[in-house]
Amino acid sequence: MTIDTLRLTAEEAKGLLERGDVSGAELRAAYREAIDARNEELHCFLTLVDSDDNEGVPIALKDVISTKGVRTTAGSKILENYVPVFDSTVAERCKAAGLQLLGKTNTDEFAMGSSTENSAYGPSKNPWDPTRVPGGSGGGSAAAVSAGLAPWALGSDTGGSIKQPSALCGNVGLRPTYGTVSRYGIVAFASSLDQVGPVTKNVRDNALLYGIISGRDDSDSTTVDVPPVELPDGEDLKGLRVGVPKELNEAEGIEPGVAAAVRRAIDLCASLGADVGECELPRSVEYGMACYYLIAPAEASSNLSRYDGVRYGLRVPADNYYELVARTRDAGFGDEPKRRIMLGTYALSAGYYEAYYGQAQKVRTVIAREFDAAFERFDVLISPTSPMVAFKLGEKSENPLAMYLADVLTIPPNMAGLPGLSVPCGLSEGLPVGLQLIGPQFSENTLFRAGHALELAIGFDTVPERLR
Amino acid sequence: MPEWEPVIGLEIHVQLKTRTKMFCSCEAGYGGEPNTRTCPVCLAFPGALPVPNETAVEWTIKLGHALNCRIAEHAVFHRKNYFYPDNPKGYQISQYDEPLCVDGSFVVPGPGGDTEIGIVRAHLEEDAAKTIHVGGATGRIVGSAHSNVDFNRGGTPLVEIVTQPDIRSADQAKRFLQLLRQTIVELGVSDAEMEKGTLRADANVSVREVGEQGYRTRTELKNMNSFNHIARGIEAELRRQIEMWESGGEVVQETLDYEVKSDLVTARRRKEEADDYRYFPEPDLVPLDPSTELVERLRIEVPELPGSRIRRFEREYELSYYDAEVLNGSAALAALYEQVALNGVDAKAASNVLMNDFVATGVDPAAVDGTELGKLIAARATIPRETFTRALTESGDPQFRAETYLGDALVADTAELEPLVVRILADNPGQVAAYKGGKQGLLGFFVGQVMKKTRGRADPKIVNELLRAKLRD
Repeated sequence: MTIDTLRLTAEEAKGLLERGDVSGAELRAAYREAIDARNEELHCFLTLVDSDDNEGVPIALKDVISTKGVRTTAGSKILENYVPVFDSTVAERCKAAGLQLLGKTNTDEFAMGSSTENSAYGPSKNPWDPTRVPGGSGGGSAAAVSAGLAPWALGSDTGGSIKQPSALCGNVGLRPTYGTVSRYGIVAFASSLDQVGPVTKNVRDNALLYGIISGRDDSDSTTVDVPPVELPDGEDLKGLRVGVPKELNEAEGIEPGVAAAVRRAIDLCASLGADVGECELPRSVEYGMACYYLIAPAEASSNLSRYDGVRYGLRVPADNYYELVARTRDAGFGDEPKRRIMLGTYALSAGYYEAYYGQAQKVRTVIAREFDAAFERFDVLISPTSPMVAFKLGEKSENPLAMYLADVLTIPPNMAGLPGLSVPCGLSEGLPVGLQLIGPQFSENTLFRAGHALELAIGFDTVPERLR
Repeated sequence: MPEWEPVIGLEIHVQLKTRTKMFCSCEAGYGGEPNTRTCPVCLAFPGALPVPNETAVEWTIKLGHALNCRIAEHAVFHRKNYFYPDNPKGYQISQYDEPLCVDGSFVVPGPGGDTEIGIVRAHLEEDAAKTIHVGGATGRIVGSAHSNVDFNRGGTPLVEIVTQPDIRSADQAKRFLQLLRQTIVELGVSDAEMEKGTLRADANVSVREVGEQGYRTRTELKNMNSFNHIARGIEAELRRQIEMWESGGEVVQETLDYEVKSDLVTARRRKEEADDYRYFPEPDLVPLDPSTELVERLRIEVPELPGSRIRRFEREYELSYYDAEVLNGSAALAALYEQVALNGVDAKAASNVLMNDFVATGVDPAAVDGTELGKLIAARATIPRETFTRALTESGDPQFRAETYLGDALVADTAELEPLVVRILADNPGQVAAYKGGKQGLLGFFVGQVMKKTRGRADPKIVNELLRAKLRD
């Protein structure tokens, strides 16, 4: 039988395998064919895996996810030849669930970026328009799923690296509640924010994959037990209280086409039976970005200290240890990690700590409380995922601040450790628009329920027009 | 010349002897082929995460109890950031402004009364790997040809104890450390051996004139590998500082090494900038919030500690301070003493035997049955010296029974000894004549002859009496 990888969902693929309609090898071959056809243009994969012992549904993993025996670069030259000797917990759980690894997907270096243009191996392209970025940092995973190069994939989200590329590529992306998915084996960017999550074609696939990877892990002491995942099947939103935070929907820089598509989705919520009301998150939006750009770089400056050329990865020889470290890091890190290491080092320095890092942590608590208050009235908050649709390659790469604004709407809930689901809700200028659904901690089942009902009602075609 | 008062504070690192490392399940402990006890966590591979060793946390709380500390309800691990090859993550997981144990005190008993040393804090961290710098004169990283790193030690749980600057002499510092060491060993949380580096101490040293308020500039003294070296190092640094002040100079804040050979302290290469470790809360770990139940359970588990036991021995057994201290040289010796003393043996006599004869045998006191040893010591006046010594040497044997040796009891029966004495005098007419002629010293000769015939079993007191009586005849 012919397998249309552009349309086939992971759940359908699983069904085909279970019924014996296709073999794991046939399924793999179909995706390899798609990869051969389109990866050269889109540059989704940094490493392809030629064989796998598993026979289940194929999967692609963002290249910050350690895979035993398979090169894991984190999009950086400093890890160009690094082959992990151990599996990350999520990779292990995927294996245990029988999933077969197709390859490792492109990412901004150390997941720092919103376009994959910071990848040391060159950017990925948006399947809807290859002159545009797929978003980032997990642009490789999002573009691969969107272009039918993988039925589903895993990304990692610190400031928006799952949600934003999912929005820009027309996928469903979940950034789970902090602590529900193990970070063990995930190349760390900002430990208090990093969270792995699924990138899929639809909400049910997303729930399936989240069910596979989530749950307490003894190797990550910040993880907790997770309520059983419920596969959504309802078509209405009766009884669901949907809040529309003013600031997240009216922020400066939200493109009119994006705002219009989100508005239609909000109206749809009401017609599906939800109680829709307005709310406010003034501090979260005003201070969220500023806090994020203190906390994330501060943690990154420390997390990236291990790349010293001593034990693994790139080493630039020198006469003495300090020179070796300096040369290795100078040659191995690109501009964005260097920029964030400097920002973070400064924010943590004696005499500045209280004013910057310490203050940012306090504001983070304020942000969390603001969301808590909103969730006393609402089950789900709704906003655009990204203020803009996919932008042109090179359009923002010279201006870090303009690039940082791509995450202005995803950062506030992330700062509060909250789950967020991005669901495609239409097109603007022929490009996908993502709807961000935010819930309280551990409310993934609610988000899946809302996302699924909306997805059915919206009827978005996830296959890029040019590939149909 | 003014009279100078030393002001000394100590920073002590104790390696805990947990089975596994602080944040991974690698085997901890001294030894092993280099780099065989490692894993992605303690080698800091990308994505590896720390998981705290619960036993290490509990032992630190126990140690905190032993130091009379307040155990924090909320303690936080921090990252201490710096680059060094023995620090694979680029940061050490340590504790900063919210340590596990704070505000304690440690009493060091002495012949002249107790000395109380304040404890600022005791916190939990991970040890660095071991670096060996090859080539270069100083054994340090600067100027070396290359460096070898052994990560076996990296990540071993380490407790850092910081004292108040309450110590007033080098000898007091040494005594404090010795008692602290014994306390730690008896708690069972560390072998605390300076030679192996499982106990390490640095000293912060300054001096001030007697009566002076506040503190003068202090120096940090490192590289001291035994209690004696610590005392000598502090002495040397005190001398240097006093000379410096008296010659109109100024002590500058710096880190110094004590060199045993020359008995001098030398400055380490001074850094151009102050250290900035950029401490921040370790986001990979949740805070430690030990429950009241746990803290109280661990408090109950702390045994009687040597410091208070010394005082109790003085009181209960009416021993001198010296005796009480020596008997408390180990928990096992102290326990053996108590068993012996409680078996009806005179406390002072038991103390003498244990401190001298017993300790000289090298037998492990933990292996000895105190009841049997008590019986032996109680009967020692009736046992030949040689037999008693042999009995002590064999007292660690599981088969050891006092009665085995009591069979060798001295012959004190006059009726049994008298014929022997008469025969010896008859066999030595010349010596008898000489004795009677005034050579009283010959008594010893006759005693010796009796002892020889009885193979030492004759009671010397009875033999003396008998001989004197017969020679008078």
